[in-house]
Amino acid sequence: MPYTAQKPPAKESSEQLRARIPGWGADLDPADRPSVPKEQFDPNLSGAHWDFPERQPEERPRERSIEHEFLTPVFGTSCPTHGVSGAIRRFSYAKYSEGRAAHWLLLLAADRVDALGSTLRSFATLRPDNPITQTGIRTEFTHHGLQSRRGQKRVDLVHQPLDVIVVAGPWVAAGLGAYAAYRKLSRAGRRRR
Amino acid sequence: MRAMVYRGPYRIRVEEKDRPAIEHPNDAIVRVTRAAICGSDLHLYHGMMPDTRVGHTFGHEFVGVVDEIGPSVQNLSVGDRVMVPFNIYCGSCYFCARGLYSNCHNVNPNATAVGGIYGYSHTCGGYDGGQAEYVRVPFADIGPSPIPAWMDDDDAVLLTDALATGYFGAQLGDIAEGDTVVVFGAGPVGLFAAKSAWLMGAGRVIVIDHLEYRLEKAREFAQAETRNFAEYDDIVVEMKKTTDHLGADVAIDAVGAEADGNLLQHVTAAKLKLQGGSPIALNWAIDSVRKGGTVSVMGAYGPMFSAVKFGDALNKGLTLRMNQCPVKRQWPRLFEHVRNGYLKPSDLVTHRIPLEHIADGYHIFSAKLDGCIKPLIVPAA
Repeated sequence: MPYTAQKPPAKESSEQLRARIPGWGADLDPADRPSVPKEQFDPNLSGAHWDFPERQPEERPRERSIEHEFLTPVFGTSCPTHGVSGAIRRFSYAKYSEGRAAHWLLLLAADRVDALGSTLRSFATLRPDNPITQTGIRTEFTHHGLQSRRGQKRVDLVHQPLDVIVVAGPWVAAGLGAYAAYRKLSRAGRRRR
Repeated sequence: MRAMVYRGPYRIRVEEKDRPAIEHPNDAIVRVTRAAICGSDLHLYHGMMPDTRVGHTFGHEFVGVVDEIGPSVQNLSVGDRVMVPFNIYCGSCYFCARGLYSNCHNVNPNATAVGGIYGYSHTCGGYDGGQAEYVRVPFADIGPSPIPAWMDDDDAVLLTDALATGYFGAQLGDIAEGDTVVVFGAGPVGLFAAKSAWLMGAGRVIVIDHLEYRLEKAREFAQAETRNFAEYDDIVVEMKKTTDHLGADVAIDAVGAEADGNLLQHVTAAKLKLQGGSPIALNWAIDSVRKGGTVSVMGAYGPMFSAVKFGDALNKGLTLRMNQCPVKRQWPRLFEHVRNGYLKPSDLVTHRIPLEHIADGYHIFSAKLDGCIKPLIVPAA
């Protein structure tokens, strides 16, 4: 009871817990816990044989947070910026610190531009985007989609239909748009004839 | 080589990509033998993490065999079987010198607030991840470690993040003998945190989720009491009732950005991306813990703001502790616990999926189908 000084009695004693749970209390002493204390100064512990790492060559201009003094000596080179999404990303990095919501919202916007542009470009390749295979939706039929939900008290079932809208919505809209454009063009063609 | 690539929210595929190359003298190239999908990968998959680029390969939990090393690598040889922490870190910056490996300042040009993480967007450095046949491993002398001969790949891969993070989360709780510990989330990190709480002397461990099959695992694997929050009008009140209205001594948020249980929070964060994460579990943790207690945050949140109940945390005099786990710091002690049989990480593996079918794996894990708790990816299957 918090209304009096003593802690409520334990449901099980330490001896009972030690008998029931393998390893109970093995790290009872904080000295046995590897992240206690949080900071442990030992510049030799990691095995680094440098004071400052040798610099990775910057083969192409690499965007960076303006909170950094310079480009970090090592960095990832996956997916360099390109096109419109790349311009948005470079602007966001050059203009806004990590403390500004605009920085992150611009990066999220660039992500959507990137996804849309990549999908459109994929239709000019031999491997166009395929929402059926890429979403793994077939597993709804092979891995008990119905059974995994029926009779369960899953609170996520309320908003899972939104996932369908998020995933299928742009494809349906694009399909309807393409169909409307096709009809308009074919009508215009008939009028000219 | 074959690699998973992101194509847009909820869409991934396997593509032919160039095999990674040595880009720095202390790089290694590792041939992946086992990878995993982490709950935090779902935040990328769902398009929540800013600067997640089309073509990026995810995967920060992986083990493999060293295939090539750079000219300055001293501690690894080609052919070594290695486990690689999810953190990329230099070992020599201000933070690494103090053991804060997850906060390294020399590996992520895109952000100062977070270190480098394999396959976790450009916000975490722009490094491709391990859901592929090969992966570039920077600072090969610092992060990777040979897998002990007695340990199999399925156990080792879970030590690269999930187990280490759960164990770290329990440590951040500052658990004292007899403490009541409540863990929000019965995913792999939550289950490992619950199990670790016993190692630190907890007197009572309660795990909360809404997925009954995961709560069953919490009872069986972590010997924990469980509560299905969907069965209660208000889980915070239930936590008060079950602790004689004192509140838990320690609460651990092992859910993070896509928490469920409050439609407004979930939709604004996970669907509309207007928050860095949906802090439902974190708010429940703040409200469930006793005054003066400790909240440990292991759930991953994005860099944007989130609607967290700081007023309650202040008024209750709470200690809030959190970080990405500095994985390698945990390993020597965790190796002992695994070897002693106190922890068996691979008990949580429910699915083994060939790399070619990884899109199926993501959907199964994301939609919580088929009793999925931890899916492994097998590149060479």
